[in-house]
Amino acid sequence: MKVRRIAELLEATVCVGGEGLDSEVSAACGADLMSDVMAFVKQEVVLLTGLVNPQAILTSSLLDIKVVVFVRGKSPSDEMASLARDNGMILLSTRLSMFLACGRLYEAGLRAGGVREIE
Amino acid sequence: MQYRFTVPGDDFSKAGRASTELKRVLTRLGLESSLVRRIAVAFYEAEINMIIHAGGGVAEAEIGVEDIVMTMRDEGPGIRDLELAMTEGYSTAKDQWRELGFGAGMGLPNIKRNVDKLRIDSVPGGGTTVTMVVRFPARGAA
Repeated sequence: MKVRRIAELLEATVCVGGEGLDSEVSAACGADLMSDVMAFVKQEVVLLTGLVNPQAILTSSLLDIKVVVFVRGKSPSDEMASLARDNGMILLSTRLSMFLACGRLYEAGLRAGGVREIE
Repeated sequence: MQYRFTVPGDDFSKAGRASTELKRVLTRLGLESSLVRRIAVAFYEAEINMIIHAGGGVAEAEIGVEDIVMTMRDEGPGIRDLELAMTEGYSTAKDQWRELGFGAGMGLPNIKRNVDKLRIDSVPGGGTTVTMVVRFPARGAA
């Protein structure tokens, strides 16, 4: 799914990386705990999160996550935006809750979770 | 090649800077991206542990032909029960770290999952040294 389509479905504002909206993602993960993101994410996913601090960007960058969507109307700080630009990332912000944002993407066909098998 | 990073213990906003720098070096060397990700995740988890539990420390990475050896040394309180600390979900981190998205008790098990060799030397009251080795695939191997 194109990032542009994700932005449309989530009625999201593009905070950083507008020039990359035609790039594709094939999996998505919703999490507020970066500990869990690091422990479970295996693929290059779009991350939906309500955590707004520089570690959300750094963690994503270390895991090759190129697209982060901030849910519940949260938006990145200037420091986060700058970090994201340095790492070639796209940041979106939606007023939807985590549940509804994930639900819209799932319903539109983005159904892979991108996480390792959980025992 | 040897790299040395000082991990500050009092500034969580700096967490991940050493890992980001190491990842850049490894990417420049042309290592495969999934291998780089494994190394970066293990290093980042250990970096965060040093900040949350030990007041910072020194992180070193030695990149050789066959592997990378990462050594994280701190002078924190040490790990009282290593077996318990290796259990997923067990954590002694304070709520302030959880609010920042960390301290869920996934760190050490996640390090173990991403490295080929993990050694933890810890003395209660005497600090902790975590040594992690990730082997590089042999050149020409399928």
